[in-house]
Amino acid sequence: MLNFSKIKILFIYLVFFLISIFCFSNFSQLEEYFFKKKINLGLDLQGGSYLLLEVDSTPLQKRHLQSKVIPLKKKLIENKINFENFKIIEKKISFKISKDDINKFEKIFKSKKNNDINVFLNQYNSFELDFEFLNNKVVINHSKTGIINLNTSVVDQSIEIVRKRIDETGTKESSILKRGSNRILVELPGIKDPERIKELLGKTAQLTFKMVTTDPSEFGNETFVLKDTQEKIMVSKRIILTGDNLIDAKPRFDNINQEPIVAFTLNRLGSQRFGQATSKNIGKRIAIILDNEAISAPVIKDSITGGQGTISGNFTFQTATDLALLLRSGALPAPLSVVEERTVGPDLGQDSIEAGVISLFVGFILVILFMAFKYRLFGIIANVALISNLLMLLGFLTLIEATLTLPGIAGIILTVGMAVDANVLIFERIKEEIHKENSNNIQAFDTGFKRSIVTILDANITTLIASIILFIFGSGPVKGFAVTLSVGLITTLFSAYFISRHLISIVVFKNREKKLLV
Amino acid sequence: MRKIYKYNFISKFKTANIISLFLVITSVILIFFKGLNFGIDFKGGTLIELRVDSINIKISDVRSSFSDMDLGDLNVKEFGKKGDYLIKFEKKKFNTENNIKTIKDNVKNKLKSDVNFRRVENVGPKVSAELLNSGLLAISLALAAMLFYIWIRFEWQFSLGSILAIFHDVLITIGIFSLLSLEINLSIVAAVLTIVGYSMNDTVVIYDRIRENLSKFSSLKISDIANTSINETLSRTIITSVTTLLALISIFVLGGAILRGFSLAMIIGVLIGTYSSIFVAAPILKYLNVSYKSIAKEKEEN
Repeated sequence: MLNFSKIKILFIYLVFFLISIFCFSNFSQLEEYFFKKKINLGLDLQGGSYLLLEVDSTPLQKRHLQSKVIPLKKKLIENKINFENFKIIEKKISFKISKDDINKFEKIFKSKKNNDINVFLNQYNSFELDFEFLNNKVVINHSKTGIINLNTSVVDQSIEIVRKRIDETGTKESSILKRGSNRILVELPGIKDPERIKELLGKTAQLTFKMVTTDPSEFGNETFVLKDTQEKIMVSKRIILTGDNLIDAKPRFDNINQEPIVAFTLNRLGSQRFGQATSKNIGKRIAIILDNEAISAPVIKDSITGGQGTISGNFTFQTATDLALLLRSGALPAPLSVVEERTVGPDLGQDSIEAGVISLFVGFILVILFMAFKYRLFGIIANVALISNLLMLLGFLTLIEATLTLPGIAGIILTVGMAVDANVLIFERIKEEIHKENSNNIQAFDTGFKRSIVTILDANITTLIASIILFIFGSGPVKGFAVTLSVGLITTLFSAYFISRHLISIVVFKNREKKLLV
Repeated sequence: MRKIYKYNFISKFKTANIISLFLVITSVILIFFKGLNFGIDFKGGTLIELRVDSINIKISDVRSSFSDMDLGDLNVKEFGKKGDYLIKFEKKKFNTENNIKTIKDNVKNKLKSDVNFRRVENVGPKVSAELLNSGLLAISLALAAMLFYIWIRFEWQFSLGSILAIFHDVLITIGIFSLLSLEINLSIVAAVLTIVGYSMNDTVVIYDRIRENLSKFSSLKISDIANTSINETLSRTIITSVTTLLALISIFVLGGAILRGFSLAMIIGVLIGTYSSIFVAAPILKYLNVSYKSIAKEKEEN
């Protein structure tokens, strides 16, 4: 165990050097590739905001089921299945059919080919809709995988829009990630007050233009209360224009009415439609509806064919700016709600870094003093191993560009405390071997190493198992703890098995006859 | 074994085990009847850490600045330095009229001073339930993985012994948290998992030696072998505990208020874990009548 070939020694110190050199790149200002890698600071250390958003796909489920009504009815009639009491309530379609028809219905409903009513989702090996048959009543709703599928597509669309909205506010280095099937994780470093961003993300910003009607008998009319004048209006069902037709929106100041407004530009299709609708309806009113709220309903004075228009509605400059931003970045397919929020101010982050570094330093010094006091020369060897361990740990964290959190710093300190264990195990075992009769130094050290290495492995693997599980299940800052602890265990094994063993071998071969470690 | 060891642990096993049993039962009773002080991570709710510079503002002023806002159960305490307060309340969900911003504005107005909101955390009911479940799942999985590892590396008696020792450590640590009404949050789960790893680590070192001695001195009784092994590894057990505790105490004292709960849990866990690897894990092998023969026999059968 104590014989090292020259190549092995070279290899050990090369590995040590190559890994630990990276920890210096954290302090370097050079922009060269090699020095680009840095340990990232977690939001709890640099300050910032962590938002977990959840998609509410209920309205989308409703809309999706509504879109199935006509093809479903058509299919039933085509196949001569008599149905009655066709209803759509909440997230369910229900209708009555006779018992004899149920098999026929099931065959149509669960056909895997060209099924436009109930699509078969290959990736989940299941249909998007499910049905139940009870008391002659068929109830159709989304299957579990159908909901997941819907959520996933909503999240995929939403992420882009969330990113656009956040970028538009001028927030830098934000990270926007998908979490599970229905969540989006937003990390905003440096943001002290996320309220504005939360507000912007809380709106779907679905904009529609519809005609105001005075005919109460028309089917599908909706009543709104105008936000600016509190006037009750009735709005026709037909959509003239949606936010999708917008290519740009900007806040402006209307000099005539002395109020902020939003000016928008339409795409070609939008301009055509808007032109037609406005020229046909001069003198009538057009309602501007945003997220089921009527903002205003101006009278059409002239046909608007240039694709340019404005929206007014008692805006302040801030609300006009926000609305323009929302319209520019597009509508969210479903509402998002914040289900978890953690914001740390930059000064608290700075305090945490200071406290973490001080406690790391003090803990380190205490352990080093203790080891030097307890083992003298060998204590110094253990301390050299400990320092190289720490350098490699920091280097490794830089190499994988890990995110350092406050619990992560605690993990490093804990590694310092626990890392000497490997050396203690070795020293104590060697002591025992020395106490045995008829063994010389080299023999005692050799057996001591051999015997203790099994224990060291066993003991460290158990801790490694715990920290890997913590990494998988932990969230946020706690994950940072698992990372530093796991990496620390690996570097501990390396430094004990190679570096301190090599240093010990040098000492032992120089002092063959002297009493060591007693 | 000719050598007489300094300490006779065997004679103290009985007393120690009765104390352990008492502590475990008390902890379980505490956990069930007194309950645990779950933080917002697991209960849902909102946490605000703030700093006021004005010396005239007292804790009662901070408390009253948060009342009358319909925030549910409210808890205000001093946190770290003077002028730093930690406020926790039950309210989990906010709407557009009543949100964190309005709370902040209200508090600023009522305190009539500039308030630095250093930390704001809000966990919704769904997420807190998930965090609790994943925390419990993580701890159970860690225990299962340890069990499996020891079962592969040692015999089943060792596996059982080490798991009982870990349960002992975790239950008593959580029991102490319940007794002192200390907050259980995500970092405590991390601490518990680390305690599991540390306690296992400690137990494995002693078990390794017991196994080695079992095959070396096949004629000796398990209690003698256990005593020898504990004595042989004793200085290592103590030195490692000391260095780990040095590091942890440094975090506890200097690491700031946020890490205090975590480091306290770890300190308690390391002390109990060290104790249990000597006084819980080793006697179990004696009660299970582990001997060189019984182990060799089992190996043959497999």
